[in-house]
Parts: sequence; C-alpha cells; structure tokens
Amino acid sequence: MRSIILQTATRYLLPILLLFSFFLLLRGHYSPGGGFVGGLVASIAFVLHSFANGTEATMKILGRKPLSLIPVGLGLAALSMVMPTFFGLPPMTGLWFEEKIPVIGSIGSALFFDLGVYLVVVGVVLTILFTISLTKD
Amino acid sequence: MLFTILFGFLSTLLLVPLGHKIKSKWSMVLPLIPASLFLYYLAYVPAVAAGSTFSQMIDWVPSLGVNFDFRLDGLSLLFCLLITGIGTGIFFYARTYLKGHPYYDRFFGYLLLFMSAMLGLVLSDNLLLLFVFWELTSISSFFLIGFNNEQEDSRKSALTALTITGMGGFFLVAGLILIANIAGTYQISGLIYSRDAIIQHELYPLALGLLFIGAFTKSAQFPFHFWLPGAMKAPTPVSAYLHSATMVKAGIYLLARFFPIMGGTDYWSYPLMIVGGFTMVYAAVHALFRMDMKAILAYTTIAALGVLVFLLGLGSKDAIVAASVFILVHALYKATLFLVTGIVDHETGSRDISRLSGLRKVLFPVALAAGIAALSSAGLPFTFGFIGKDLIYEATLHTEGNWPLILTAVALLTNICLLAGGFMAGIKPFFGPLPQAYEKLHLPPLSMWLTPLILAVLCLLFGILPGITGDFLSKATANAIFGAETHMHLKIWHGFNTVLLLSAITLVVGTLLYLINKPSENKLNAVARWNKLSPQYLINRFTDGVFKGSTLYTNSIHNGYLRSYHLKIILFAEALLIYKLWLSGPIQINWDQLTPLTIYEVAVVIILLGALLIVILTPSRLTSVVSMSVIGYCICLMFVFYSAPDLAMTQFTIDTLTTVLFVLVLYKLPSFLSLASPKQKFRDMIVALGFGTILSIIALKVLYEPVSKDTSNFYGENAYLLAKGKNVVNVILADFRGIDTMFETVVLSIAAVGVYSLLKLRLKSSEKE
Repeated sequence: MRSIILQTATRYLLPILLLFSFFLLLRGHYSPGGGFVGGLVASIAFVLHSFANGTEATMKILGRKPLSLIPVGLGLAALSMVMPTFFGLPPMTGLWFEEKIPVIGSIGSALFFDLGVYLVVVGVVLTILFTISLTKD
Repeated sequence: MLFTILFGFLSTLLLVPLGHKIKSKWSMVLPLIPASLFLYYLAYVPAVAAGSTFSQMIDWVPSLGVNFDFRLDGLSLLFCLLITGIGTGIFFYARTYLKGHPYYDRFFGYLLLFMSAMLGLVLSDNLLLLFVFWELTSISSFFLIGFNNEQEDSRKSALTALTITGMGGFFLVAGLILIANIAGTYQISGLIYSRDAIIQHELYPLALGLLFIGAFTKSAQFPFHFWLPGAMKAPTPVSAYLHSATMVKAGIYLLARFFPIMGGTDYWSYPLMIVGGFTMVYAAVHALFRMDMKAILAYTTIAALGVLVFLLGLGSKDAIVAASVFILVHALYKATLFLVTGIVDHETGSRDISRLSGLRKVLFPVALAAGIAALSSAGLPFTFGFIGKDLIYEATLHTEGNWPLILTAVALLTNICLLAGGFMAGIKPFFGPLPQAYEKLHLPPLSMWLTPLILAVLCLLFGILPGITGDFLSKATANAIFGAETHMHLKIWHGFNTVLLLSAITLVVGTLLYLINKPSENKLNAVARWNKLSPQYLINRFTDGVFKGSTLYTNSIHNGYLRSYHLKIILFAEALLIYKLWLSGPIQINWDQLTPLTIYEVAVVIILLGALLIVILTPSRLTSVVSMSVIGYCICLMFVFYSAPDLAMTQFTIDTLTTVLFVLVLYKLPSFLSLASPKQKFRDMIVALGFGTILSIIALKVLYEPVSKDTSNFYGENAYLLAKGKNVVNVILADFRGIDTMFETVVLSIAAVGVYSLLKLRLKSSEKE
C-alpha cells in the first residue's frame, strides 16, 4: 500500500500544508479562515502523512501523543478568556497590543483564543483517528 | 444547638479514618457521644419546664428563606432527650451485641448519622431545613435497615422503607412549600401568627393532605404501615432505636409540631381519627397472630403510633396531654422489649414464642426487665403505662358530642390487644418450664442487659413518682403542642371512676385473651390468606408493573442499535415539524423571486444525484462512503456559489476527515452484510423522503417569513468597532460568542478522551487475558 509518489509528495506537502493552516489561523480575523479550519487543515496534513508513511512515522514527527495537545489548547483558550479579569475587565474582553506587527497585523487575545481552538482541534482529530488506526484487533 | 447536630455528623466522619480503632479498645468512646449530648439537653430541662424556649439562627440561603434556624421548646426537648437518652442505651448495648462484626465501625457511623439527622429534624425551625433532615433520616435509616446487606430480604425491606418514606417526603415537601407560600414565611415558629390565614385559605385541605401523607408514611399508618414489619430485618438495636423513640415518631412529631398551626379543624380531626383509629385496631389485632417476637413488637408499635395519631386527631386538652405522656411511655417500654428480644435472639438463636419458655431461670435480669416493660405496656398500676392508659381513656371519654362511646370502645379494644401482645413478647418466653435445649445458656455480659433493665426501672420509677416527668410532659411538652396552657398534673390515683373501671376491664380481658390465644402456624396462614387485599400486596403488584413497564419501554426505545435510535429521532423530528408546519398555515411559493439557475448549479446537482444513486445501490461499503463524500463536496460547492466561504472551507475539511474516519473504521468491520430486509429498506426510504420533503418545504417557507435582522446587523456593524476584526463569522466565534466556542472545544476534547479511553481500556483488558 506504500506509494513512493505519495511518500515523496507528503515530505513536501506536510510543511506546506502546516504553513497554510497557520496562515488560515492568522488571517481568520480579517478574511475567511480561523482556528477551527486551520486546525482541520493541519490535521489533514498529518493524516495524509500517516497514510503515506504509516501512523508510527507520523507519531514520531509529532514527538508526543496528540492527546497532550488538548490540555495545552484548552488551557490557552481558557487563559485568554480569563486574562482580562486580571486587568479588572469582564472575561472575554478583547485585549490588543498597540503596536502592529508586520505581515500578521495587530495581535489580541482573540488570536490566542483561536490558537487554543486550533490546538484542540488538531489534538482531537488526531487522537480519534490515530487511536482507531493503531488499534489492533 | 447547631453544634450538637454537627457533633454527630463530625463523629461519623471521624469514624472513617479511626474506624479500626473503635473495633477493639476504643469502643467505649461511642456511647459517650450520645451520652454527652443527653446531659447537654438535660441541663435545659428546668428552664424549658419553666416555659422558656431557646432559638438559634444562622443564615444559610436567606434569599430563598432557607436558614439554619433552630428552636428548643418542650416538644423538641422531649424528643431530643429521647433520641440522645435512648440512643446512649442503644449505643452501649450495640457495642456488645455487634462485637466482632466486620462492619462494626460502619454500623456506628450509620447510627450516628441517623441520630444527628433526627436531632436536626426535631430542632429545625425552618420548613425546608426540617425537610432536609426528614430526608436524611429516611436515607440513613435505609442503611441501617439494610445493614445485613448480604441477605436479599434485608435489602428488599430497606428499599421498601426508603420507597415509602421517600415518597412521603415528596408529598411532605409539596405541603410545606404550600404552607410557606400561604403564610409568607418558612419559619415554623412564625407560622403560628398566620394560623387564621392558613386555615381559611382555599388550599388548606390540600396542604393538610400532603402533610398527612408525609406523616403517615413515616409513622407507618395504614395503608403505608407495611414497611415497618419489614424493617425488622435490621439488627435488633436498630429496630429498638428506630421504632421506639426515633424514626417512626418523626411523623408524630410533625403532626404535633403543626397542631397549633393547622390543627383543631374538622379537616384535621376526622382524617387523623379515622386513620389512627383504624391503624391501631388493625395492627393490634394483627399482633395477636404473630409468633416472632419482633413481629409482635412491630405490630404493637404500629398500633401505638395509631394511638398517637388518634389522640392528636382528637385534639382536646386531655388528648394532647395523653399523647405527650404516651410518647415517653411507649418509647421506654418498647425499647426495653426490643432489646430483650435482641438478647433472647442472641442467646437462643430463636425468636419464636411458641418454642421459647422458662428463660427466667437462665436470664433472670433480662426476664425482670421484660416483665416490667410488659406490665407497663399493659398499664398495670404503679407502672408508667398505667398513667398513659388512664389519660387515653380520659381523653376519649371527655370528647364532646356523640362520640365518646365509640371512641372509648375503639381505645379499649386496642388496649386489650396491646396488652395481650405485650405479654406475648415480654412474659411468654420467660415463664413456664425451661426446655432442655436452653438449660446451658448463660447470662450475657452486663453491658447487654443493663440498658433494658435501666429502661424498665424507669418505667416503674416514672409510674410510682409521676411528678418526676409529669410536670414537664403535661406542661412544657403539652403546651408546646397545644399552643396554650394545659394546667394538668399527672396523678396515680384518680379515685373510683369510669376510667379505673375501663383499666380493670382492659387488664382482665387482656390477660384472658393472652391465656386463650395461642399463636400457631395455622392461624398465621389463615391470616395470610387475606394478603391479597393488603396494601402491601397491592403496592408490590404496582411496583412489579412499573418494572415490567420500564423493561418494555427500554426494550422498545433504548434497544442499543444506532439505526433504531436514528429512525426514532428522525421520526419524532418529522412529527414535530409537520405539526408546526400544519399550525403555521398554507405555504406560498413565489417562483418569480427565486434566482435563476446557473449552469454550475445544474452540473453540481446532477453530480449529486448520481452520487446519491451510487450510495443507495452499491453493494460495497467503501464505494458508498466515497460517494457520500462526493455528496458532501457538492454541498460545499453550493456554499461557495452562495458566498459562504468560511462554511465551505470548514465543510470541505470536515468531509475529508469524516471519509478518512469512515474508511479507518470500515477497515476493522467484517465485510458487507445485508442486514436490512426489503421491507425495512422501504420503510427507511419513506422516512428519508419524508424528512427531505419537510426540510425543503421549510426552506421554501423561510424565504417568505419576515426575518428580524437586528442580530446580524449588530454583529456586522460592531465586528470591527468592538473586536477589530473584519471577518464577522470568526469574530462571532472567537469573540462575541467565545464562551460557546470554549465549551464546544471542551465537548470535542471529551469526545476524544472518550474514544481514546474506550479503545485503550479495551486493549488493556484483552491483554490481560
């Protein structure tokens, strides 16, 4: 089932797709995109890689269990949600850095929230798919 | 007062880490807990007897009217003393009775929990707090009754008791809330000022009825009485505690507590007199047919509770004083008899009165205690029971109207049977010749027979010197129930009058009945023939029906097949939608307003239909999954045409991943099986077509419904101003409705953890094999 063409292609596709997913995440506030779609695209990139090279190889690239991404993502989203309360504002108030960063634009708490969603989505999708594909019966 | 209740609860908690200690040398600490509380409440007696009351108020949820309000008056003090005093005896006795039991510490934990709940119940001055403690007594008694949980009978009895008292609690809370709404306060001592408003309110009979059901279930009144004989499966100390002084008296306490607030009307009197009167005669007669000492005591207890309800129903000054005295009389002799039964059972292994006899020769102090208690229950002069019985006759004789004769006759009949029942349990096993089998019995340790003996001596002491308790009971307690001064003194000697004559008749006829009546299996079986009419039988039938019904329901609705759940959910949704569509009137479609078809749309629809056909017709799972994803992509294209790029993007990726997921799962499944018959396929087709049609109609209808655009306009205008974002969809997701998104991600995570743990756990268990 291993295809040389797919294996070679994914070697280049994986970084490109990940970059694209990150691009979707960053532009989400202004144009179509966002954390959810970005996360899905990133998961597809890994799934594609696992199809070509086997799930074990993909797990090696990830370096850790995808399950561990979930608490990180949830924590980040929750933190960006409660962060404003430390400044005496109601939770979920948008906080923004005043300086704009070239290419990305202004950075605010919404971006970190989206990043949290992104990580959770990647974690959830990969956990479900990899757990099933690694189950031997 | 709060601390006395918390003291018990905290001790219960302490038993968790320290439980193994009390099993051995520390067990003497246990009786000290109720004993110290008993002394604490004893110190209140002089002040309360002089007419003072004590209150303690701590805010809990003031906005809902739920507070830790406690109040100590004559009535609650009597109960506190009974709970802690008899509790001390029971703890002391159970220490030895249960020695070596593997769940020794657990038993005392339950007992302490129960005691604290009872204390809370009688001290509460807040309706909802009272209910909380009421339920706590039900729950903790469940554990006590079902203590021998390896016996099926025991579990069943515990469940019956919990069901009946729990159901009563449900009615009670409804009644209490009604009362509180009428009176505008949850404070019990404050309700008395709204007495007129409550009694004249149109919902008064309803509130009263609910209250009565609560009290009747707890105090085992007909037709809810049957849980009490069943509860005899509990260890004897528990029966002694629950059925003499505490649990079953809670209903009596409730009625007594509400007497000044709601009592004295026809609605109050007749139900109580009828139910109480019937219960006392029914149970007293039933007691005569029993052979098990505990069963006799159970039925005489029900009868005694009937007497109390009856007296509270009578509601005259005499009746209230009689009730106050009888509460103590009954608690003392009944606890003694139960504890004696426990000793006899413990030593001989039998409770069958047709086999036991002559035990006085080996168990003399026990026989002494039993004899005194039986005489007190019979109401012999110079026992406390004599005073109690006199007061009952006095109350029935002095009723106004045409009733005295009938009521006195009912009371006489009950007392005669109670006397015979008391003799059967308290005298029969100890007299006559000693069977050979029991000759080698020895007296159990002092710690077991001391408690019943002390209680029996109290029966005698209070009878000879009624002044010790008399003033407290007839004034402080009776005043608290009656709501006004009673001015009564307890006396031993009333002179030669009707009451004395009635007492004499009771004694003579009762003793004769005891001598004539020989309970036997045959008689018991003869009574059993009527079981089909008993409330227990009917309620058992009812619960069986509930079980059958729920099994039927589960099998038809929750059968565990995903396809069946889907079918039912969709059918239900269809029914709802059709109903709603039918309500909203005719559907008009203005064809001119629809945008004209473009070539792209036509092409996509043709692809979609083709894929659909393949899904339905293909014999291969993989093909159908792939075709399904084609359908998904076609729909995504529609989103693209109608400018919803965010939606289209998400749908594309989701579709891709779903297909991957499908293929992964399919890989693990057995090869294709045709599970559905043509008939089922046809049915599914109808359901699916119906759903599609309904949704299409709704989609067309939506076009002509007036739509409020306030929300979308708000988001559109403020996305950049408030959230610095130009993509409204994303701003809604990440900012305006961020909390929703947050919880959605949590749900996703739970799903992932679920899948992970399900598969991983299954792996682990299969690895073990």
